[in-house]
Amino acid sequence: MKGMTIIVKTISSWVKVLIFLFGIYIILFGHLTPGGGFAGGVILASSYVLLMLAFGREFAEENLSLPVASKLDCVGALLFGAVALCGLLYGAAGFFWNFIHQEYLVGTDYEFNLVSAGTIPLSNIAIGLKVGASLFLVVLVLSMFRPDTSAEDSNEKE
Amino acid sequence: MSIPLPVFIAVPLVTAFLLPVFSSLGRKGKAVATVLANFVTVSLLVMAVASIGQFRVYEVGKWSIPLGINLVLDGLSSLLLLAISVVSAAAMLFSARYMEQYTAKAKYLCLFLLMVAGMNGVVLSGDIFNLFVFLEIASIASYALVGFGCEHEELEASFKYMVLGSIGSIFVLFAVALVYGNTGSLNMAYISKAIQGSGLNAGLSFAMALFVVGFGLKAALVPFHAWLPDAHPSAPAPISAMLSGILIKTLGIYALARVVFNVFGVSVSMGWLLVVLGLLSMVAGAFLAIGQEDFKRLLAYSSISQIGYVVLGLGLGGLIIARDGNVAWASLAILGGLFHLVNHAVYKSLLFLTSGSVQMSTGTRQLKQMGGLAEKLPFTRATCTVASASIVGIPPFSGFWSKLILVIAAVQAHFYWVAAIIVFVSLCTLIMYLKVQRYVFLGELPENLQQIKENKGSMLVAMVFLACLCGLMGLLLVPALRSNILQPAVDVLTDGISYSANVIKMSMKV
Repeated sequence: MKGMTIIVKTISSWVKVLIFLFGIYIILFGHLTPGGGFAGGVILASSYVLLMLAFGREFAEENLSLPVASKLDCVGALLFGAVALCGLLYGAAGFFWNFIHQEYLVGTDYEFNLVSAGTIPLSNIAIGLKVGASLFLVVLVLSMFRPDTSAEDSNEKE
Repeated sequence: MSIPLPVFIAVPLVTAFLLPVFSSLGRKGKAVATVLANFVTVSLLVMAVASIGQFRVYEVGKWSIPLGINLVLDGLSSLLLLAISVVSAAAMLFSARYMEQYTAKAKYLCLFLLMVAGMNGVVLSGDIFNLFVFLEIASIASYALVGFGCEHEELEASFKYMVLGSIGSIFVLFAVALVYGNTGSLNMAYISKAIQGSGLNAGLSFAMALFVVGFGLKAALVPFHAWLPDAHPSAPAPISAMLSGILIKTLGIYALARVVFNVFGVSVSMGWLLVVLGLLSMVAGAFLAIGQEDFKRLLAYSSISQIGYVVLGLGLGGLIIARDGNVAWASLAILGGLFHLVNHAVYKSLLFLTSGSVQMSTGTRQLKQMGGLAEKLPFTRATCTVASASIVGIPPFSGFWSKLILVIAAVQAHFYWVAAIIVFVSLCTLIMYLKVQRYVFLGELPENLQQIKENKGSMLVAMVFLACLCGLMGLLLVPALRSNILQPAVDVLTDGISYSANVIKMSMKV
């Protein structure tokens, strides 16, 4: 049997969704609470890594295959670059210029609103995508290149 | 027209992440990716030429320094920017055909552009932590590119390079942390201002030592050179050209010169240290190169020797400045060093490209297994001879002029023994390149190489382009060109710590 025991599989298939949701929360509220793109991206990746540990690498790859993850990785980086370059193009203001409205400070109408802080949430989303996809890829690729002997050993134990 | 400075970093970076998308489109996608990557390197070359002779400070996100991050374009940066874009344009053109031997070309192009973005970032950054970040981007891309062939030997070289390179990076990171702890700033102009105010303390002196080791590892100066002779020959030829031609100079020499001259200010002991490191690299590199039987390994050792010349020039200049000597002599020594840096970037990358052309035709890198290739590979032979003449220092070609300036500077400053060593190492260089000519292009053609053909097309264009530059680089000493390209770079280093005041004044205007 591939993967771990039925208990682990059942629990992790429930928990996985919650972890993923929490990752999205961390990314989207990155400009208001502690966290942000990187932390949220790591949590997103960890939900897939949990899936990989519980069900085996093949199952995780069916959910998010290597080419797709690689594309997501590139898209995240491209989005981040696009946000930065938009600042440059917007009225020739400046690279990384926060070109959307910025009323996020205490004492304004947008105080602690989810939609505030201009380009910062957009950058957070891009970074979350990039970090999540690339960390997942790192773990996936590392698990592909483990020596054959240890793979056989772990199968025998089950 | 002034180009916004982040474009130099953002364009290759964004294109790099765009390219893997084409890899799934088959042959046509690969062709599009190649054309796009070449377009990027050529347009970077055009932009680098367009921004010669400017002094600008760019504040990222409109956050003024020292709060925000700034990019600084001064004489030294634009000289290096020009060298990076010349070498990368030629290497990219060469790889259009050369990399057909390998799979996953889109990934190669992506890593190549990441490396270019990292190097441009190192050169433009006015902030010491960002310098470290860009240094890591360029280094990590180069670790992957060295092991691109995925054969046993290449992976081993890549691993060795990665371990030693990471040690170098960690030294730099510790030094950055120490500098931040002792001055409270990461901006190079403000660090320099703080040091001028309070002087060096023990922590900052230790940071300086860490910087020398870290950047020395990246530059492959002699006590720290162990990774280079494995890493540079194992990479695909265009990447060897990039690594030897420009990467070790940007990450090593430029960063070291910037920190020593502009941030900390030169002292007599630091000047002597650079002179000694330079001389050691020159002599040891040359002796080790003469004994090599592998074409690319010989070139790699010769890079160590040539890097020594650059560091020697900078060290002599620094020594004269620190002793309050004649600034004109210091300026001449630094001019020699920087001119040699640019020359070496051109002819060493050309030599690596010709070695790639030979390797692609014959399938071997061993000098003893070749011979008589002059008739089979006429263009490769011609360009290789031009590059060899340059590196040895035969008059009309570029290498002669920079070595001449170094010798004159050493004699003027009464370092007669240094001048003697420069001439002696030049002779050793002559021996190693005569050896290359003798074994590769002259002599008997072996039986198994009767049927080989020369690779033409983009590879030829890249080699001829660099060979023309080798012949014409001497013109950079013509006063009109010199005052625009070389002299501003020299002035940045001779002005030393007034860099800080200049940058702060400039950012007030923005």
